[in-house]
Amino acid sequence: MTSIRATNLTKRYGRTAAVADLSFAVEPGRVTGFLGPNGAGKSTTMRMLLGLDRPSDGSALVDGKPYQEWKHPLRKVGALLDAKAVHGGRSARNHLLAIAQSNAIPARRVEEVLETVGLREVARRRIGGFSLGMSQRLGIAAALLGDPETVIFDEPVNGLDPDGILWIRTFMRGLAAEGRAVFVSSHLMSEMAQTADHLVVIGKGRLIADTSVREFIGRSSQGYVRVRSPRLPEVAELVRVGELHPDHLRVTAMTPLEIGTLAARAGLPLEELTFVQPSLEAAYMELTKDSLEFSA
Amino acid sequence: MIDIIRSEWTKIRSVRSTVWTLAITALLMVGLGALLSGSAASSAEGPIDPVSATRISLNGIMLASMATATLGVLVISSEYRTGGIRTTLMAVPRRLKLLAGKIIVFTAVALAVSMAASLASFLIGQAILDGAALGDPGTVRAVTGTGLYLTACGLFGLALGALIRHTPGAIVSAVALILVLPPLTNGLPGRWGQVVRDHFTSNAGMELPFPSDANQLGPWSGFGVYLAWIAVVLVVAAVLMRRRDA
Ligand SMILES: Nc1ncnc2c1ncn2[C@@H]1O[C@H](COP(=O)(O)OP(=O)(O)OP(=O)(O)O)[C@@H](O)[C@H]1O
Ligand SMILES: [Mg+2]
Repeated sequence: MTSIRATNLTKRYGRTAAVADLSFAVEPGRVTGFLGPNGAGKSTTMRMLLGLDRPSDGSALVDGKPYQEWKHPLRKVGALLDAKAVHGGRSARNHLLAIAQSNAIPARRVEEVLETVGLREVARRRIGGFSLGMSQRLGIAAALLGDPETVIFDEPVNGLDPDGILWIRTFMRGLAAEGRAVFVSSHLMSEMAQTADHLVVIGKGRLIADTSVREFIGRSSQGYVRVRSPRLPEVAELVRVGELHPDHLRVTAMTPLEIGTLAARAGLPLEELTFVQPSLEAAYMELTKDSLEFSA
Repeated sequence: MIDIIRSEWTKIRSVRSTVWTLAITALLMVGLGALLSGSAASSAEGPIDPVSATRISLNGIMLASMATATLGVLVISSEYRTGGIRTTLMAVPRRLKLLAGKIIVFTAVALAVSMAASLASFLIGQAILDGAALGDPGTVRAVTGTGLYLTACGLFGLALGALIRHTPGAIVSAVALILVLPPLTNGLPGRWGQVVRDHFTSNAGMELPFPSDANQLGPWSGFGVYLAWIAVVLVVAAVLMRRRDA
């Protein structure tokens, strides 16, 4: 029941590989977040999945077949890559109608998706004058035309205001709840944490993690225990594995109980003994720090 | 295929540049034809022979061909400019089918408008000049040939648009290949010079509406040669379109 499967997918531009030996799967009924820093190769991967760019190596299959081999691909996969990449001279309705006709989708469906994304009122307006939020909705309407089992969105919330972000997030959750496979890219972990069930993390075109969101947080937990004491140097001496900072000690290899017990035996007073859970963003930064294209 | 044709028809009819370029085609044909007929009528000493009269009334052909070529270019290049080509290719990933759909729809639209414009400029021109009638020998060929030539120029534009994917670049190439370079071949010396001149794009293509004594190709073989030029560019464009990333 896998809806998208990439196997050893590779894209080289000249000597550099934008995507290198990437394998992952997207399953129905959940939101799969495709995460990576700028330039990681997310858009390139999506273009290969959609038959727009030719892989240098490896394969990308939609329901077991390359995208190009589906007679009416929009009934399989709906995608929004770049909301502003449309001919501004057309009305929203004509834009959608042309797309629908190419896949033998009835014209009535155009009205339905316009209604779904809330653009019915402006259906006759030229789309060149649409705001980013409206363009985004139009792109989503186009993606939904064929009532596809799989949807692909490339950074759909980029540049949107909080209302727009919330709308899209809720919308994607809804699509997954209907049993569709939702594959959505982002370069923000915080964004994905609230939307995705599953994560495919890449950096410099390579797979870094393919895991559930919960597992990701757990596995990358560079959590530590923060210890404060009026006699901090002595505590540090005692614990030995800690990292001494001016006002506190940071211990990663011991639990608070172990540290507390040690201190109690030695009769050292403790002012603070806290386990610090890493934020998701921090976990993600930690994971991808080696694969940033441009480091500060 | 019928789905693709429907879709391309919706696209071509729903942008203003189509209406504009087609209106300009018709206007240039009819307007220039009437203008030149008028000035010929007032300066002529005696009656004008049918061949010259036909030619004068259809003299808008040179400029009108640039309008159809521009529309042909835009049919494809505007999708690359806006990035809409990706939406199109997601809907129709078979690129050759897409190209075929565009060619069919464009040819139908361009042919209808070009034929109508050609006939109208002939009729209006002759109303002013009173020099030729449709029954005169070669007149029907000149009128339909003008429509066919204008359509072919549009296809030349479309082929260049698909090859170059960049609007200004494709339009400049079309102007160069259809208008600027052909007369320059006049300077070529010798027998091979003559062959090149006779066969060079619009030198050959214009044989259909207006055969010249200097060109050794006949009307239809001349037009055939012009279509061969277009076909070659189309084939190269098609091969590249299949291979290139969108
Ligand atoms: N057509 C191309 N020619 C050459 N290099 C390219 C091309 N397209 C992408 N690249 C390079 O491939 C790498 C991956 O780009 P891609 O756009 O896929 O990244 P991304 O993860 O989508 O980034 P972002 O978050 O900025 O959108 C980048 O280094 C980019 O410069
Ligand atoms: Mg991107």
